[in-house]
Amino acid sequence: MERETASSGGGEQVVPRLELRGIEKSFPGCKANDGVDLKILPGEIHALLGENGAGKSTLVKIIYGILHADAGSIAWEGRETHIAGPSFARNLGIGMVFQHFSLFEALTVAENIALGVDGAHDMRRLEARIEEVSAAYGLPLDPRRHVHSLSVGERQRIEIVRCLLQDPRLLIMDEPTSVLTPQEVETLFGTLRRLSSEGCSILYISHKLDEIKQLCDTATVLRGGKFVGDCVPKDESAKSMARMMIGDDVKEPKALGDSEPGEVVLSVADLYLQSGDPFGTDLKAVTFDVHAGEIFGIAGIAGNGQNELLAALSGEQLVPDSAAVVIAGEAAGRLGPRRRRKLGLSFVPEERHGHGAVPALRLTENAFLSGHLREKLVRWGLIDFPKTAAYAQKICESFDVRTSGIDAEASSLSGGNLQKFIIGREILQSPNLMIAAQPTWGVDAGAAAAIHQALIDLAASGAAVLVVSQELDELFAISDRIAVMSSGHLSAARPTHATSLEEIGLLMGGDGGAAGEPMTHVA
Amino acid sequence: MLLKLEPRGETSRAMVYLTPLLAIFLTLVMGAILFALLGHDPLEAMYAFFIAPISSAYGLGELGVKATPLILCAIGLAIGFRANVWNIGAEGQLTLGAIFGGGLALWFYDSDSIFLLPAMALAGALGGLAWAAIPAFLKLRFNANEILTSLMLTYVATLLLSLLVHGPYRDPDGFNFPESRLFEDSALLPVIVEGTRLHLGAAVALFAVLAAWLILSRSFIGFQIKVIGLTPAAAGYAGFRHSSLVWLTLLTGGALAGLAGLFEVAGPIGQITPVISPGYGFTAIIVAFVGRLHPVGILGAGLLIALSYLGGETVQITMGLPQAVTGVFQGLLLFFLLACDVLIRYRVRWTLGAAKEAKGTAS
Repeated sequence: MERETASSGGGEQVVPRLELRGIEKSFPGCKANDGVDLKILPGEIHALLGENGAGKSTLVKIIYGILHADAGSIAWEGRETHIAGPSFARNLGIGMVFQHFSLFEALTVAENIALGVDGAHDMRRLEARIEEVSAAYGLPLDPRRHVHSLSVGERQRIEIVRCLLQDPRLLIMDEPTSVLTPQEVETLFGTLRRLSSEGCSILYISHKLDEIKQLCDTATVLRGGKFVGDCVPKDESAKSMARMMIGDDVKEPKALGDSEPGEVVLSVADLYLQSGDPFGTDLKAVTFDVHAGEIFGIAGIAGNGQNELLAALSGEQLVPDSAAVVIAGEAAGRLGPRRRRKLGLSFVPEERHGHGAVPALRLTENAFLSGHLREKLVRWGLIDFPKTAAYAQKICESFDVRTSGIDAEASSLSGGNLQKFIIGREILQSPNLMIAAQPTWGVDAGAAAAIHQALIDLAASGAAVLVVSQELDELFAISDRIAVMSSGHLSAARPTHATSLEEIGLLMGGDGGAAGEPMTHVA
Repeated sequence: MLLKLEPRGETSRAMVYLTPLLAIFLTLVMGAILFALLGHDPLEAMYAFFIAPISSAYGLGELGVKATPLILCAIGLAIGFRANVWNIGAEGQLTLGAIFGGGLALWFYDSDSIFLLPAMALAGALGGLAWAAIPAFLKLRFNANEILTSLMLTYVATLLLSLLVHGPYRDPDGFNFPESRLFEDSALLPVIVEGTRLHLGAAVALFAVLAAWLILSRSFIGFQIKVIGLTPAAAGYAGFRHSSLVWLTLLTGGALAGLAGLFEVAGPIGQITPVISPGYGFTAIIVAFVGRLHPVGILGAGLLIALSYLGGETVQITMGLPQAVTGVFQGLLLFFLLACDVLIRYRVRWTLGAAKEAKGTAS
């Protein structure tokens, strides 16, 4: 089947920059890629679209030589190639910007880039090159700054510049905008369009349909490891692409009409907290209230104090001033997580594997992890196994957690399924205050819609819900009020219907003045 | 032909139990080769090492006597290891148990109260507990690594014992030999099987196995220990207190080791001597790992390692082999176990090269 490649095509012969045919890759227990075709033309911005678990990352890793396909062929500029490893891929001219950066925080920009570039380095020349390239592509970057002092957007620029220094002919971007403000996204798109006009092909991986419509020339859709089809995003609607992606219509979460705000369930007043992490962000005078029956959204780019705030709210980090955090009328600053749960708090952390759940333990045990207190799963100091199993079963049924059974290890679940399990576990404890961090991060569209609906229903049933997220679309879809976290400050909350993406975006960039409001608030 | 390790994707539960057996098998094979190279008939030597020592009731009793301290120490260590608390100073805690409990026996040497033995057991446990409290405090107060502190305290404990046996604990009628008085019957553990030296301590060790199994697999405390060992962040999320668990696991381990130490001086030894343990506290680390940190596994592993002590003595006597054979076997066992553990997460595949394999999966 590899032989027929050359004869296809026919008339005008544009040799594709990269052509994959019939790629297959299996992992124990799952087929991640099953006959995937992909053709990227020179200078094209090509989207790779698919739900989580659709096999996008596997495919990209095969292209970049991190994984090797079990079957199928890869042709680079018309010639069949075996990509032996990442450095081989780099020599071909393939550059990749990963979703999670691998940078050393204590080193400078130039030092980090030197580590990722093959060959010997003259630091001074490298610094000059970095300045030159970053200026040429509108990616301002000071090579002598230390990485820990840079924003996430700036860090991403390092990764991009690192690729650009090698004159890539194909640049792979894995979910690049998930950590950027809307303004930064615009800048990035400008850079990518410019690269494309110079003939560099771009493989753009994302699940954000509007971005793909805006930026990409063509798109390849994967579903469950299989190739679904190609399309031209400009000719499709977001809905039709979503249908290709999940094979079904996405259910939009339905917010209930505006209701009267209930009593204050969570009150944070003038919360100052020094971060335990040397590269963390201290909290400065954070003040806000969350009422029963509302969803309160906190937007912000990662690393602006959200982790510190969440730890202070969950009780994993105690607050010296006990009255700074008041849950259900009780000063809770110095109470630990268990005491706060007794006050009615449920918490869904951002990290599923290893924070919200123990990967090596079974689902029953993970149900017990946070549920033992309010579901009364401990008797005489022993675990009540039948009751725990029933509780885990109920979570899986009520929240459509797809698993081989409640004795499956948490690590065997996909990210979306585990997240549904964790959300279900927390909601079934009937909290009066729910705090969820990045509830749909890395979760496929179907699961995300289910999670949003669950949070909306929870608020409708009278609980106060706090959602901390970097996804503005998510916050605009479900929150009643939105505030923005920036450099450890929290802006005043705005009703969602009375604000705009632009305003929130400016606040995220730390530009509070431009949005017409100082960063302080009425208590 | 290539040997290829392939990730399984999840841990193999069968392999968790099979690898110790495989390791034992490989140790036996290696041991046979070793004996052959030393110029002995391997079968005869293996018989002398593994079968002869336990072919009599007395021999079986000795097996229990040797296994008792190993199991008690290993249970205590395993509880800590599961919570990522790396107490490796069981030897020192064992010594302190002997010093405290044995000291009580010497203080009341002429007593025939039935409460003396329980009081000694309590004192022994407290001695080990107190010794383990030092690394716990240093870890929580100064973030000092418990591996180092507990190990160093072992040497302090040995010197302390030596000091006492050469001084205050010395038998006044003992011609200046560095040994204590012989304990009176009221301070000695009763023998539970006539004609052997198997003492009450063995029953206590068995009870400790059952209790530890119940706690680790069924109790809330056991769950907290498991979670904090696997993923500390999730333990913090659930509100399990790290400091409480460090205290709990170290003190439990210390108390059990202390008890083991007391059982040695109040059991087979019957007095306090400058050396009361042939390294039981250290060997217990092997026992804990060969037993998969599981109480029932530790019971089996304790008996196996105890056998290696007995076998070492037998081949020393009957075949004139050095005592180091014991250490060699224990080392081999741990080595093979660690090597075999790779099978828990990986499977071995014979392949004829990548091309053929690709064809196989594509079909």
